[in-house]
Amino acid sequence: MRYVAATTAEEASALLAAETGLAKVLGGGTDILVQMRAGMVEPALLVDIKKIPGLREIKSEAGGFRIGAGVSGAELMRHSAFATTWPGALEGFNLIGSTQVQGRATMAGNLCNASPAGDAVPGLVAAGATVRIQGPKGQRDCPIEDVPVSPGKTSLAKGEFITSIFLPAKPARTGDAYLRFIPRTEMDIAVASAGVCLTFDASGTCTAARVALGAVAPTVIVAHDAAKTLIGTKVDAAALDALQAAATALARPISDKRGTADYRRETVGVLARRAAQIAKTRAGA
Amino acid sequence: MSTIHVSTTINGAPTDFVCEHDETLLDVLRNRIGLTGSKEGCSSGDCGACSVTVNGRLVCSCLVLGAEAQDAEVHTIEGMADGPTLHPLQKAFIEHAALQCGFCTPGILVAAEALLKEKPEPTDEEVRYWLAGNLCRCTGYDKIVRAVQAAAAEMRGV
Repeated sequence: MRYVAATTAEEASALLAAETGLAKVLGGGTDILVQMRAGMVEPALLVDIKKIPGLREIKSEAGGFRIGAGVSGAELMRHSAFATTWPGALEGFNLIGSTQVQGRATMAGNLCNASPAGDAVPGLVAAGATVRIQGPKGQRDCPIEDVPVSPGKTSLAKGEFITSIFLPAKPARTGDAYLRFIPRTEMDIAVASAGVCLTFDASGTCTAARVALGAVAPTVIVAHDAAKTLIGTKVDAAALDALQAAATALARPISDKRGTADYRRETVGVLARRAAQIAKTRAGA
Repeated sequence: MSTIHVSTTINGAPTDFVCEHDETLLDVLRNRIGLTGSKEGCSSGDCGACSVTVNGRLVCSCLVLGAEAQDAEVHTIEGMADGPTLHPLQKAFIEHAALQCGFCTPGILVAAEALLKEKPEPTDEEVRYWLAGNLCRCTGYDKIVRAVQAAAAEMRGV
């Protein structure tokens, strides 16, 4: 295996594109180095993107935040403006692993690992985040939910990699939240999860909603039909009942050692409901 | 494949080493530099026995490549004591018998030092959450938490 620390995004993309063997990106390394150690992947080339200017920065942009693909969880949680603006997007990311893992792990890495249970992903989807992708032909942007296509697989073409994640300006009276269920208190993989972002008007009526469900399908579910149940309501008990039922109905989980499909369907509805209540409180509605 | 030449700083001392492309920082520290305080437990970032700081950030050195240490500041357990004078955490771990076999101890000390730098007066819950990535199979953690709190108090001058 060859390790190269790229110094520009173009160089990294060219290296990834030119490699005839398996080429992988090294961000925080908390997935890829474990997978290499376990013999699950044997890359011929590892391109370290953290020396590329800007990739370890959190920048204000158009009222939102652009988070470099090399920014760790430990760095992002200490960015107070981001933490107070998008607590839901942050709390999912910060649930991943230990203090040591947070010292290295990146949002972009969690997204590209493409686990159905990736904790950073539903909160970003709910927040309407996008990714910026560098490829051999230049840059392109796409919604977060278009990156994972199946467990372990992404829509990124050869030579493409994520350089940043963008969270847009947060509208007034908007709150977001992420909840997951695990059978223990710390450091486990989600059995089911939900990210919710709600916007209210001055009268306390919900005007916009995004609901993302995790670990209940091969990729994160953008639950438009569940979100619709809240729009035009005060997110009261009746609306939350409808949200819960819709989230349960939209889930397409598998049964495995962490939970049966029925259990996951039930759980994800409850999580969506509770996350919506937190999002509503955070929106000040 | 050729090796990589890396210039870094370890415990304040400018250090150069060569390593394989896929060699972890933990293996470099132990096998090339002779700093065997950092331990290899799981090699997958679960146990924390290999904890070090890189540019002030607590990480598992088994999940860092040696090559990534270029131009970095690495701090290991070997840099904790000031010559023969133990760090307050090290003294507290001995006084509170916060170890039995000792395998996890270097990693826990490095992790606890990073915590107290950021949070000089943590709650017990904060200590437990911060150290959740450091596994100890002997003590049951209670003595570790008490030792960290005792050292924190001493360092605050209480």
